[in-house]
Amino acid sequence: MSWIDIGALEDIPPRGARVVRTALGCVALFRTAQNEVFAIDDACPHKGGPLSEGIVHGKSVTCPLHNWVISLETGAVQGPDEGQVRSFAVRVAEGRIQLDTSLAGRSAA
Amino acid sequence: MTQTAQKLVVIGAGMASGRVLETLFEEAPGAFEVTLFGAEPRGNYNRIMLSPVLSGEKTYEEIVTHDAAWYAEHGVNCRFGEAVEGIDRSRKVVITEKGETQYDKLVIATGSDPLIIPVAGKDLPGVITYRDLDDTNAMIAAAEKPGAKAVVIGGGLLGLEAAAGLKLRGMEVTVLHLMPHLMERQLDPAAGYLLQKDLESRGIRIHTGANTHKITGETCVTGVRLDDGTEYEADIVCMAVGIRPATALAKEAGLACGRGLHVDDQMITSDEDVLAVGECVEHRGMCYGLVAPLYDMAKVAARSLAGVAAEYTGSVTSTKLKVTGVDLFSAGDFAEGAEREEIVLRDASRGVYKRLVIEENKIVGAVMYGDTADGNWFFGLLKDGTDISEMRETLIFGPAYAGGSPLDPMAAVAALPDEAEICGCNGICKGQITTAIAGGATTLDLVRGQTKASGSCGTCTGLVEQLLAVTLGDEYAAPAAKSICGCTDLTHEDVRRLIKSQKLTSMQAVFQAGNWKTSCGCHVCRPALNFYLLADWPDEYQDDPQSRFVNERNHANIQKDGTFSVVPRMWGGITTPGELRAIADAADKFQVPTVKVTGGQRIDLLGVKKQDLPAIWADLNAAGLVSGHAYAKGLRTVKTCVGTDHCRFGTQDSTGLGIKIEKRMWGSWTPHKVKMAVSGCPRNCAEATCKDVGVICVDSGYEVSVAGAAGMDVKETELLGKSSTEEEALDLIVAFVQLYRENAKYLDRPYKWVAKVGMDWVKERVVEDPDSRAALVARFDHSQTIYQKDPWAERANDEVTKRWSPMADLTLEAAE
Repeated sequence: MSWIDIGALEDIPPRGARVVRTALGCVALFRTAQNEVFAIDDACPHKGGPLSEGIVHGKSVTCPLHNWVISLETGAVQGPDEGQVRSFAVRVAEGRIQLDTSLAGRSAA
Repeated sequence: MTQTAQKLVVIGAGMASGRVLETLFEEAPGAFEVTLFGAEPRGNYNRIMLSPVLSGEKTYEEIVTHDAAWYAEHGVNCRFGEAVEGIDRSRKVVITEKGETQYDKLVIATGSDPLIIPVAGKDLPGVITYRDLDDTNAMIAAAEKPGAKAVVIGGGLLGLEAAAGLKLRGMEVTVLHLMPHLMERQLDPAAGYLLQKDLESRGIRIHTGANTHKITGETCVTGVRLDDGTEYEADIVCMAVGIRPATALAKEAGLACGRGLHVDDQMITSDEDVLAVGECVEHRGMCYGLVAPLYDMAKVAARSLAGVAAEYTGSVTSTKLKVTGVDLFSAGDFAEGAEREEIVLRDASRGVYKRLVIEENKIVGAVMYGDTADGNWFFGLLKDGTDISEMRETLIFGPAYAGGSPLDPMAAVAALPDEAEICGCNGICKGQITTAIAGGATTLDLVRGQTKASGSCGTCTGLVEQLLAVTLGDEYAAPAAKSICGCTDLTHEDVRRLIKSQKLTSMQAVFQAGNWKTSCGCHVCRPALNFYLLADWPDEYQDDPQSRFVNERNHANIQKDGTFSVVPRMWGGITTPGELRAIADAADKFQVPTVKVTGGQRIDLLGVKKQDLPAIWADLNAAGLVSGHAYAKGLRTVKTCVGTDHCRFGTQDSTGLGIKIEKRMWGSWTPHKVKMAVSGCPRNCAEATCKDVGVICVDSGYEVSVAGAAGMDVKETELLGKSSTEEEALDLIVAFVQLYRENAKYLDRPYKWVAKVGMDWVKERVVEDPDSRAALVARFDHSQTIYQKDPWAERANDEVTKRWSPMADLTLEAAE
């Protein structure tokens, strides 16, 4: 797998998120309190709410529109609700966040 | 025989017919096509819980037993609000204004009518009975008037519950009772006396031996005059002297009636296709007005309809008064007699009184006051006719002592036989509950769902919980009170106390001290904690944007498509041509798709992209406009009318006061949003009386009222205090809001919080104690030195624009 540099870890606030425009639509990058970084679709499977605006707790995010809770690790909806968002390969190397290169490109999905 | 559904028509949509339908759908699903007529324009609700609705401890929504979905699910054709005018039994039709409805079987459940004593003035506006939700709402409305007085005629179960509810609503309440002591049908004089003392200590005036002469008033009620000449002033008179079976319809249809509509043991009337249940019925010479017998009748009626053998043989009833803090239990017959003996226990200091009436070694009557925990046990012995000679020595001490077992409430519950009735309302005995628990109902909610035990009046909830504990042992985790969320066992109230008492000034400190089970909380607890900490420790605590909901983090309201709305503040609803031009220019420049005037007298720009927010704010700031906090759990708007500046009716400068309030309080965070209004005269054009805080200007000054609502609930405000100067009115408002900030549960609007702590508690701190008021004002003003900053000005810069834009745009990168 090859990687593409996105920015510094510090560009995302702890327990916060930023958005990256990709070939597959908007992807939300999350930074947890433990400085782990995850990448999932920035759209809740319920009503398309922007997950990057949600509250990050543990390794989950709560959608700002109707409080669906989504696992940052797997993209799976937690608890009584059901659904799935895509999750993407992401890593932090020497303080830099890197995404899977396959997300780059003009051909929007 | 073919299985086509028969037509069942039910007249009356109350608790008895509701239970008939429930049982019928269980016993014979699909056997009947049901049409349900109800005189009230709504479905079935738990009528015995009207008292908590009256007192404000519950809402109507909480006492609905069958909602529209339930009726739909069971295919019930609901004809609510449509009164039945006649029954033609020869053609088997029910006649209403809208036409005729055919039936194969008919159930009459018309309930009862309130008795109206035939005195002069009984028809005046303001004379209210206490039977249904409309009566309850009429009383609640009357109680909203500051200083309003109520006279309740009738010191029985219903009258006293009405009196206690009206008192809790802030009215001055007098109870008039014809007999020498209260609730003489259920209580002996000793218990009646204790009850009277208890109610008097709550500020309710009780006049026994009171014979009403007339209700006074010209166009509406002004008071009540007694035969002895005593007069009581009244804004409303609640007539609660008794009920009478509603049999007019049945009589006209030629059905056999006595006091009530005659039924046999199968609940069938003199016409074999017509059944009857509930308070309209006379069975074996008895009419009932309590819920348990109605439910017994309903079950039998449903089985008769379903063709299952069943028999109703009458009920022995017990009574509990649903007044918070009053424990009273009565069952059976407690008159003295030659053959009767009694056992009495009194504990004056605790206000406890217990009396058992015994005849031929059996309990025939029981009265308990102050401590009613053993009531159901005595009631079981009474109903079963148990010979008590063996345990007579310790009988009065209850089941804990019977047979010498230790004094332990668990042991008492464990000792109950399976047939012992736990839930009187629904007739559920211990065996049914333990069976449900063994079958997997391991929580109170599950037991309620499966058996209905404790689901009606709720007074046996403690017993059901003890049964859970006894049956499950250590596996049962008692739900102390509702915790904030799954992260902690503490309630909001616990956490607020903890934060204050241990001076916890960071979220981590709360997680530690409160034994949080998660490392960083969740979306439920974190916004609450963030507010509690910043409200209690404005100097020490640092506001955490990542613990705020999206709108407060971004200082704009998120819309369903992910864009935001922008609402600049318009102080007291006043704006200028310059401001309007700046708003119009911003709307043009940022291509705002929708511009809307809000209910709070300002302008909403809807559909702004997140990355454009800092720039549009910069433009608005340049014209002197600041954030309107339309997204905040904080001060929203102060709506005003034009007041003395322009209005010929205005008594004070309402606009000016509105602006002063808004200037003083903008930017403050509160447990939930706070909306205010100032009206320049009692015509109330600013609709101040349904706000969280509302001011009505009068010639003599300002009436500050609080705790109104106009959202999910609609509620009029209650008077907090009057002041002759603007300064004092402002102080009252500021102190009230600060008290709310310091004490309310997160996401409770002021009206919900005031309902919990009581208006008296609030007044003591805000109105009556000047030192307390001053301290509250000082703490608010101090907090404002930290939080009264325009969040737009702080964020209208390139740095924020950069942070709020995508971190990268990979669609511009060439793919490999």
